[in-house]
Amino acid sequence: MAEVRNEKTLFEGTEWDFDTLHRTYDAIERVALDDLGLDVYTNQIEIISSEQMLDAYSSTGMPQMYRHWSFGKHFIQHEQLYRKGARGLAYEIVINSNPCISYCLEDNTMALQALVIAHAAFGHNHFFKNNHLFRQWSDAEGILDYLEYARDFIARCEEQYGEREVEELLDAAHSLMPSSVFRHRRPIEPSLRDKTRRLRERQAEEERAVYYLWESIDRDRPTAQADEEVQTRKRQMGLPEENILYFVERHSPSLKPWQREILRVLRNIAQYFYPQRQTKMMNEGCACFVHYHIMQTLHAAGRINDGAMFEILHNHTNVLTQPDFDDPRFSDLNPYAIGFAIMQDIQRICDDPTEEDREWFPDIAGSRDWRNVLKDAWANYRDESFVQQFLSPNVIRRLKLFSLVDEEGSPYYTVDAIHDERGYRKIQEVLSQNFSVSMMDPDIQVVDVDLAGDRCLRLRHFKRHGIPLDEKTREKTLANLRHLWGYDVEIDDADADG
Amino acid sequence: MGHFVDRRLNPKDKSLGNRRRFLRRVRNIVKQSVLESVRRRAIADVDQGEQVSVPAGGISEPSFRHASEGGRRERVLPGNKSFRVGDRIAKPKGGAGQGGREGSAEGEGEDDFVFMLSRDEFLDIFFDNLELPDLVKRNLKEIHSTRPRRKGFAVTGTPATLSVERTMRTALGRRIALGRIGNRKMRELVARIRELEALTSPTPAQLAELAELQGQLKRVRQRRRLVPFVDPLDVRYKHYVQEPEPSANAVMFCLMDVSASMGQREKDLAKRFFVLLHLFLRRRYERTDLVFIRHTQVASEVDEETFFHSRETGGTVVSSALVKMKEIIEERYPPSDWNIYAAQASDGENFGGDSKTCAEILDSQLMRLCQYFAYIEIIDEKEAELLTSEDNGMELWRAYLGVSKLWPQFAMKRIAGPADIYPVFRELFEKQREKGHG
Repeated sequence: MAEVRNEKTLFEGTEWDFDTLHRTYDAIERVALDDLGLDVYTNQIEIISSEQMLDAYSSTGMPQMYRHWSFGKHFIQHEQLYRKGARGLAYEIVINSNPCISYCLEDNTMALQALVIAHAAFGHNHFFKNNHLFRQWSDAEGILDYLEYARDFIARCEEQYGEREVEELLDAAHSLMPSSVFRHRRPIEPSLRDKTRRLRERQAEEERAVYYLWESIDRDRPTAQADEEVQTRKRQMGLPEENILYFVERHSPSLKPWQREILRVLRNIAQYFYPQRQTKMMNEGCACFVHYHIMQTLHAAGRINDGAMFEILHNHTNVLTQPDFDDPRFSDLNPYAIGFAIMQDIQRICDDPTEEDREWFPDIAGSRDWRNVLKDAWANYRDESFVQQFLSPNVIRRLKLFSLVDEEGSPYYTVDAIHDERGYRKIQEVLSQNFSVSMMDPDIQVVDVDLAGDRCLRLRHFKRHGIPLDEKTREKTLANLRHLWGYDVEIDDADADG
Repeated sequence: MGHFVDRRLNPKDKSLGNRRRFLRRVRNIVKQSVLESVRRRAIADVDQGEQVSVPAGGISEPSFRHASEGGRRERVLPGNKSFRVGDRIAKPKGGAGQGGREGSAEGEGEDDFVFMLSRDEFLDIFFDNLELPDLVKRNLKEIHSTRPRRKGFAVTGTPATLSVERTMRTALGRRIALGRIGNRKMRELVARIRELEALTSPTPAQLAELAELQGQLKRVRQRRRLVPFVDPLDVRYKHYVQEPEPSANAVMFCLMDVSASMGQREKDLAKRFFVLLHLFLRRRYERTDLVFIRHTQVASEVDEETFFHSRETGGTVVSSALVKMKEIIEERYPPSDWNIYAAQASDGENFGGDSKTCAEILDSQLMRLCQYFAYIEIIDEKEAELLTSEDNGMELWRAYLGVSKLWPQFAMKRIAGPADIYPVFRELFEKQREKGHG
């Protein structure tokens, strides 16, 4: 740090060039590694134009994607919002890959580039590399190769089987992607390295399907025996199964091998993005905390001048604004704001705790070791557990959080807890639920199918707190699933809370 | 370690394939709105982008979601002002005021999805059932009106346009003019000097020659240094100028029968016929004027709006339009300065005996002035089945048939649907193609 102090400012004015970027990057890197002790993938920072940013938007931020009309639709949506000026473009997009690729917009000023590099190339990058969910569930080494494989494979299928047919399959599969992640156990096969072996398995599977046909010539069986058969059958197929595409891929009686492979690709992509959804708030909070700390440090050392710092703070506050619930700008809790607020509070609790903090957080209060406390949190928590563990009364009071109950049939919303002594725990609990992806997504599982009989695929929706499925999308999604499965599909409700 | 990669020059439009797939998906809806806007627009403005609105239903992306109402939900909100535990807030009437999180996440709203078609996409769809050959489609979509043409040499230019031949020629001229001695002469000189030097006992005359030659060699070398083989002054580049493609003016006469028998369908077909001819002319000529002449028993020049949209009642005297056209040509469009094209649409009705007059006017006057005259007779689909032969038809048709035999640039066709329009122009486009290759 002492040596940093004696150097002059990194840049003046708003224009940037590659020399300045390199110089600034090196300074940021020194703070990130030496002061914060972050652990990051090698960075690859790409400067792109606004059109390219729009391109990246429409393919869920990934550098390459297979082709589908829905991406075209998203492109048009983003483009229109952007052209109308209703929405600015993101300053950056960062990809969980090794090397970690971040896109920076060429229109950014130098101050913004510095902010963005600290935010994405160090904040997000550290989070991707260290958080247990990413380490366990997504393959940062292989994702770019996998997407390239996916794009090429789907393009080849389009050539071979016709764009229309591939499109129908993708349409149907897309609508099931959210219901096709493994939430509790790791996917069985890690990646596509043993493609050929799988293909052979599938051919064998096809032959077995013929055998099913023979089996289905009915003979009467006593009921007890039939019951037992159902149990064995379910066990053999691994039912119940929460990953719908996985089940269809393995057991659909009508899909061709290439169709199964596409389903597999799509559910792998869905799985890759699943940790991002589970850690949205922490990930952004981490990135904001890191950029804020680095920028403050560089400013304090005189390496960023006041003008640039004003611009950085202006953007920082824009991103972190949390409008009140009755503000017209309010749409939902801002994950950036919540994440950043909690993390900053952790720093405060470590450095300068109050009596209350000592009571709530005896382990960390006054330990002065906020760097390691935060790194430990970034590595080992997800949004819901992080809120449960670290949302402090101080943050609750500052944001004036309150919790509201919406009961079906009642003409009122009821205030359940506010920022007072009695409410803290309750608010922690509810907010943690609000951030829990498994509460946001409906819990739908494949419960039974009789491949030798009517082949009707039976799903069950486990209702939590009596919240039903949306009728219209349910019917459309079921129609899509029927298309994939090739036979009838039914869904019923069960109470998950009971 | 970080790397920076400058991707700004990488290709944009990575998402074009997705857009193409999207357009195909909404093709039918887009087509309707394209045809609708062809109806609405002025002929000269047809080939522009268009805003299209697609109902969200057809392009929704469903998935299993929680309904926005029902069950028990609990939610944390920021910015409490005065609430205490147990306070009750009336739900807004009409339901889902609060359902933000579980509610429609993206694109599932019932609002129409609105977007812009580019000019190319618009024309693609416009051409859709006109059955144009691909080459013609491509030609019509091109906007280039200039083409680089060689025009002598210049002293400045890019390396790619360097003319080696011309450069060497200028260099040679300069070398001769400035008296530079060539390699061969110098080699001879050097050889002679060697020869003289090699002599063991040179005569005084030989010594004198040697001294003389050495002096000469020195001068030659000096000269060669002063006058280089190729000098920057010699460099010549091929010079190109952007020349407009056949740069001339064209005027297009749109003639149409507007008597009551021409309904909306007939007018739509006629309009597409006019648009196609206009697109063709626009591409070929720098300036294209449009003149609209409508007629019942009398003809008048009108603006486009009136031409397509207002109705007239009365009989039908086709020759009145031709006479009017003749007048306008004489008045404003001298054939020496203007290429004259005419497109006439009618349902084939004419006042008895007038058809002969029409043929006469065409034959004796108009066809001499016109580059091209296209006539379409718009008929019912049912009629189309009956009228299989070109030779029979109503009086006007038969009279025009005579004209078309005499004048190759007179094209005529009966059309019942959009696919029939293009063949009228076939020759026109074919001529163009031959020229393009020639």
